[in-house]
Amino acid sequence: MLGADLTLFEEDERRLAAVLRRLCEEAKSRAVFLIDKSGQLIAAAGETANVDITSLASLTAGSIAASGGLAQLLGEKEFSVLFHEGEKDNLHISVVAQRAILVVLFDRRSSLGLVRLRLKRAAEDIGQAFAEMALRTQQEAGRGRAAFQAQFAQFTDEDIEDLFKS
Amino acid sequence: MSFINYAAREINCKLVYYGPGLCGKTTNLQHIYSKVEPSTKGKLISLATETERTLFFDFLPLELGSIRGFKTRFHLYTVPGQVFYDASRKLILRGADGVILVADSQIERVEANIESLENLEANLAEQSLKLDRLPFVLQYNKRDLPNVVPVEELQTLLNPNGVPWFEACAKKGTGVFETLKGVAKLVLNELKKKT
Ligand SMILES: Nc1nc2c(ncn2[C@@H]2O[C@H](COP(=O)(O)OP(=O)(O)OP(=O)(O)O)[C@@H](O)[C@H]2O)c(=O)[nH]1
Ligand SMILES: [Mg+2]
Repeated sequence: MLGADLTLFEEDERRLAAVLRRLCEEAKSRAVFLIDKSGQLIAAAGETANVDITSLASLTAGSIAASGGLAQLLGEKEFSVLFHEGEKDNLHISVVAQRAILVVLFDRRSSLGLVRLRLKRAAEDIGQAFAEMALRTQQEAGRGRAAFQAQFAQFTDEDIEDLFKS
Repeated sequence: MSFINYAAREINCKLVYYGPGLCGKTTNLQHIYSKVEPSTKGKLISLATETERTLFFDFLPLELGSIRGFKTRFHLYTVPGQVFYDASRKLILRGADGVILVADSQIERVEANIESLENLEANLAEQSLKLDRLPFVLQYNKRDLPNVVPVEELQTLLNPNGVPWFEACAKKGTGVFETLKGVAKLVLNELKKKT
């Protein structure tokens, strides 16, 4: 086992996306991203078209990991919030539900105070969603997994060769 | 930590290139970046010093295609090889689904390779992980240089468990994709076993 793997079903994605959309609106932010601590995007909302999301996810996870390392050095449990202030845009990065990172991208139309205020509820909702996801993954992992087993898990070495053909 | 998204039918895996300073980890990623179609890759991010030594990590997301209807993504990371960046190496190693140890084949780097392997094992142990239970391959790099150790000797020193190994010259690109394919196979098979 390589640790707790994350499995996302369709309804989880819809639910998390809805939380992010509301946060994006209420915090008057440009975009909101939910990222796994290992640097993979879970869900996003807002003006995401012009953002290189994959890079954003990996770099945010890197900075959270680095500041986590710093916290340990100083005997802190975690520095759970990072704030980057730019000329136009600002980034508010925070750890939610222990395992995920919530990134809020906002400009002058919003403020740090508003973002922090609206974040609280979103963080709670996300924590709740994760808890239920973990529970359900255990209970009825059946459905999606059945499809996964019926399809993906039937792959052969040839499929992998094909992947590397070009 | 693999991440299976049933909603988007995606599988994401994290692969980490490990190895001593200057062994050619970043060069592996640069070669892959230069060879794959623009549509299948994201940006190559390199957090490096002014002298092009890796400071924190290199990152390259790859989406090579689908396997049985599941989009298969690999996130490639390199660690900084220099000894004093150990704290950063630990962070990058977290959640790795597969590890490639890039060994520098030159005689004068034999000890550095062994130290790096031991360091890898120690850092995995901190996460309660063991190398022999993780998808793991070896790459003997810089085979183009004149002062290299014979592969048999490197095998004895670095590969007692007989994991898949590949000779390479990352600078020219030889062996780079073979190595990636080798570790990808192990990782995907591991995923199959777990489900
Ligand atoms: N001759 C030869 N040189 C190589 C080969 N692969 C890499 N190099 C060279 O070795 C040097 C170091 O390569 P990098 O890829 O930066 O090494 P690294 O492992 O990322 O080093 P750190 O970031 O310090 O850990 C560069 O000058 C490369 O061009 C190879 O196969 N043959
Ligand atoms: Mg490097």
